[in-house]
Amino acid sequence: MTAQAEGDRSGEPTGTHIYNNVTCPFCGLLCDDLQITRTGSTLKVNNGCPRATAGFQRPLPAAKPLIRGSEASLEEAVKAAAEIVRGAKLPLYGGMAGDVANARAMLSIADRTGGVVDHALSEGQYRNFRVVQTSGWIMSTLTETRNRADLFVIVGSDIHKLHGRFFDRIVTPDETMFESLGGKRTVIFIGEGLDTSAATGPRIKEVITLPAAKDRIPEVLAAISAIVRGHPISSGGEEVKRNSLLASFLGSSGDEIAGVKRADIEKVAEKFKAANYGVLVWSPPALSMPEADLTVHMMTEIVRELNTTTRFAGLSLGGNEGAPSAASTCTWQTGYPLRVSFASGAPEYDANRYNIARMLTDGEGDMLMWVASIGTDIGLPQTAVPTVVLGTPGLRLAQPPTVYIPVGTPGIDHTGQMVRCDNVVSLPMQNLGRSQLPSSADVLAAIEAAL
Amino acid sequence: MMIKLTGGKVYDPANNVNGEVRDIYVRDGRIVAADPNARVDQEYDVRGKVVMAGAIDPHTHIGGGKVTIARTLLPEDHFKDEVAHTEITRAGTGYATPSTMITGYRYAEMGYTAAFEPAMLPANARQAHMEMGDTPLLDKGAFVMLGSDDFLLRSMAEKQDFEFIKDYIAWTMHASQAIAMKVVNPGGISAFKFNQRKLDLDEQHVHYGVTPRDIILTLARGLLELGVTHPLHVHGCNLGIPGNVETTLATIKATEGLPLHLTHIQFHSYATEGDRKFSSGAVQIAELLKKYPNISIDVGQVMFGATCTASGDSMRQYVGSKNADPKRWVVMDIECDAGCGVVPFRYRDKSFVHALQWAIGLETFLLCDDPWRIFLTTDHPNGAPFYTYPHLIRLLMDRDFRRETMLHVNPDALMYSTLPHLEREYTMYEVAIMTRAGPARSLGLKDLGHVGPGARADITVYNEDSNRERMFEKPAMVFKNGDLVVRDGKVIKVVNGATHVARPEYNRDIEKSLKSYFDRYHTVRMENFRLSDDEIIDGGRGEIIVQPTRARTSS
Ligand SMILES: [Zn+2]
Repeated sequence: MTAQAEGDRSGEPTGTHIYNNVTCPFCGLLCDDLQITRTGSTLKVNNGCPRATAGFQRPLPAAKPLIRGSEASLEEAVKAAAEIVRGAKLPLYGGMAGDVANARAMLSIADRTGGVVDHALSEGQYRNFRVVQTSGWIMSTLTETRNRADLFVIVGSDIHKLHGRFFDRIVTPDETMFESLGGKRTVIFIGEGLDTSAATGPRIKEVITLPAAKDRIPEVLAAISAIVRGHPISSGGEEVKRNSLLASFLGSSGDEIAGVKRADIEKVAEKFKAANYGVLVWSPPALSMPEADLTVHMMTEIVRELNTTTRFAGLSLGGNEGAPSAASTCTWQTGYPLRVSFASGAPEYDANRYNIARMLTDGEGDMLMWVASIGTDIGLPQTAVPTVVLGTPGLRLAQPPTVYIPVGTPGIDHTGQMVRCDNVVSLPMQNLGRSQLPSSADVLAAIEAAL
Repeated sequence: MMIKLTGGKVYDPANNVNGEVRDIYVRDGRIVAADPNARVDQEYDVRGKVVMAGAIDPHTHIGGGKVTIARTLLPEDHFKDEVAHTEITRAGTGYATPSTMITGYRYAEMGYTAAFEPAMLPANARQAHMEMGDTPLLDKGAFVMLGSDDFLLRSMAEKQDFEFIKDYIAWTMHASQAIAMKVVNPGGISAFKFNQRKLDLDEQHVHYGVTPRDIILTLARGLLELGVTHPLHVHGCNLGIPGNVETTLATIKATEGLPLHLTHIQFHSYATEGDRKFSSGAVQIAELLKKYPNISIDVGQVMFGATCTASGDSMRQYVGSKNADPKRWVVMDIECDAGCGVVPFRYRDKSFVHALQWAIGLETFLLCDDPWRIFLTTDHPNGAPFYTYPHLIRLLMDRDFRRETMLHVNPDALMYSTLPHLEREYTMYEVAIMTRAGPARSLGLKDLGHVGPGARADITVYNEDSNRERMFEKPAMVFKNGDLVVRDGKVIKVVNGATHVARPEYNRDIEKSLKSYFDRYHTVRMENFRLSDDEIIDGGRGEIIVQPTRARTSS
């Protein structure tokens, strides 16, 4: 931690402080090289993507605990929350947007009260988990990719919009360790409408786009998969017809697959085979085509096949709102990556049944505790059950919660640890001294103690 | 508060106590000298029972990314072993890769009070410590992995000054909060990223030109001169390949007197006799080890059943993935730092290969005549989950039981091992060395692994039982820092253990080179790569114990 961070832990923040090596909690990349200046309770990001800048610089509205819309003290709100939890037969613990300490605290109270845990952005993560839990995968991480990859394949995800510094830090860095191997990069975009503007500069050898519509990306992947397996796709279709999966995808006739020229796909597949170290990149929340986990599966199978002759790996981004922190903590503490019910006393895992969004829609569960300590966008889902929200001030809420307790953001208002999108690296979060808001973990512990 | 354990049969090899009846006094969490005049607040009558220090597992994969990948990979592994919470314990799941709390409870319920994670990647150190922080009842520590990290390989290729490399080794131990250092498939994890599929002891890394021999000697000598107590912990080249016994013998000879610890040596003791070109090399290894008193080993015993292998050795795990059962596996290249491979596996007693692996492990135990240099491990979960230790102890202590068990395994396999001819039975004293005093001495744990005055009061009391499996699987009592935490094999109180680290001296100038390296190539800042004490202490949930190191020397 920086020396400047010490000193004024009590009272209103004062003076001007500069914080270095700050980790950003606002997307799954957890960039940790930010420099932030704090003046009073106002933060200024000196380097950072638009999302980081918006997140850190958002003016924090004044917020007080609320019980049914009326202002209350923290103690009263904690007591009211504990009463709601105590009265529930099947409490739901959702949102889970926070750091590792938050996940620990939510798991603790869920275990104690026989509840269900799930993260607000689980849907995206499950596109990956389903693949890991059926066939596994070969993956890389951010630093490895930055130094080694000579081929980047961006699949169906507008990475530059979602993760504003990915290209800058990973695809086009000033230096790489193995210039002769991965110094010059070919970048292939699969999917239409993806922002390719960041794939530029001296490090970029070539940029190719295969502009398939999002729901037809699987057809392009199937064709690439067939080619890398040694099945030609342009020899009158006989080979294609023999492969039922391919045949079903490759309904289109003639020289096009999913609206993309067959020859272009073949050219791209050859580049896959020729790469020293290729990386297929996706952001799970962006894969909104139906059965997106099958798309992830096709990518991982292409990677697997290519590794018989060269090196290739997947790299999954996403991971916003502390989703990897929640999933990793839940996995090491229960064996399962979220969507766990403690109702029987023991952890029970069912990725469909214990999807909290589904449970609320189907009228299951009789209380919802919702933690949103990072961004303002993951507001409370529509529900008729009593709700306790531990949220960052300014959180967008479609309906007023029964109890609202404002909490700080890890990496801004309190220290913490978060897990990066590659699920390998975790980072320390600094206290930038913006406010005196309590951490969600401390509030959860207080509620659990009051049960 | 004075506690007295009265009349137990004490096995305390560190203090040369071999089954003598002794009273043990505990005050404020530590064992104190007998004092007949002391006012005893709480007395436990342990007459007729066996008393030892809490057991120490010096090599068990209990925390860190690859263990959590293994947990994610196999939900069905947990379905059969879901554990409900109680008034004092948390819910969780068991089997091959148990969840963190269950790991702590089950180790304690088996009489263990310390366990060491042997393969912590520097890039994953924070998570490894977070997981260990969620593992109650155990003291813990971690061995940090170097040897396929680009900083070391570059430094070696550039022929950097040896003091510089030593500074880097020491810095890494500080930064990752480690107690020791491990090398896994030296250079091989990195070589695999360059599409090199094999790297033998004297084969050159395709990019850096260095060999596994260079890497082992560099790290082993570095640790010795830095005064780190535990020698380099080596997972050698060619894991699992028939004929790798030659590599292992060559590795031992390469040390020229340097201390080394060869881990899960069972997986590195394969010869090539017979029709199947697969046979035991345990005899050759045991014979050579007699001439190299500076080398210690742990076994990595295989036990029959389903498990999940989790290793930093991405190169060998990728090859092993063709035998995955179920067909589902993960391989990762990690952060210009390391890698990992997670492959589920089922060892079958009727399989020639698996039965022979089982036999080679037991042979190794029975042929190695110095229990101070061999530690009881299954390389959890790679050879088997740690819950199989009581069964393993019975196999070692009970010749008749061993013979009976051999009747059920593939008979051809036994023809390629000397196991059927080995009569040795381990004594209680030897078991106490192998599971307590030996690991404590090897890891440099000052106050653990014995029950003499000054020791931390980590004590296990067993009921005497001629069925050694029954005896060791359910201790009558376990004390952690003087607290009675287990009674009749059940946790009755939950406390947190400490984290043990070693902090050899280094010249801070190394951070200039490291800072530049991190800034130029890495995606994490050097300052954030380092794990602070506060993150482990975590407001008092954790505790750090710095174990002593010898003064730094130069050759
Ligand atoms: Zn191991």
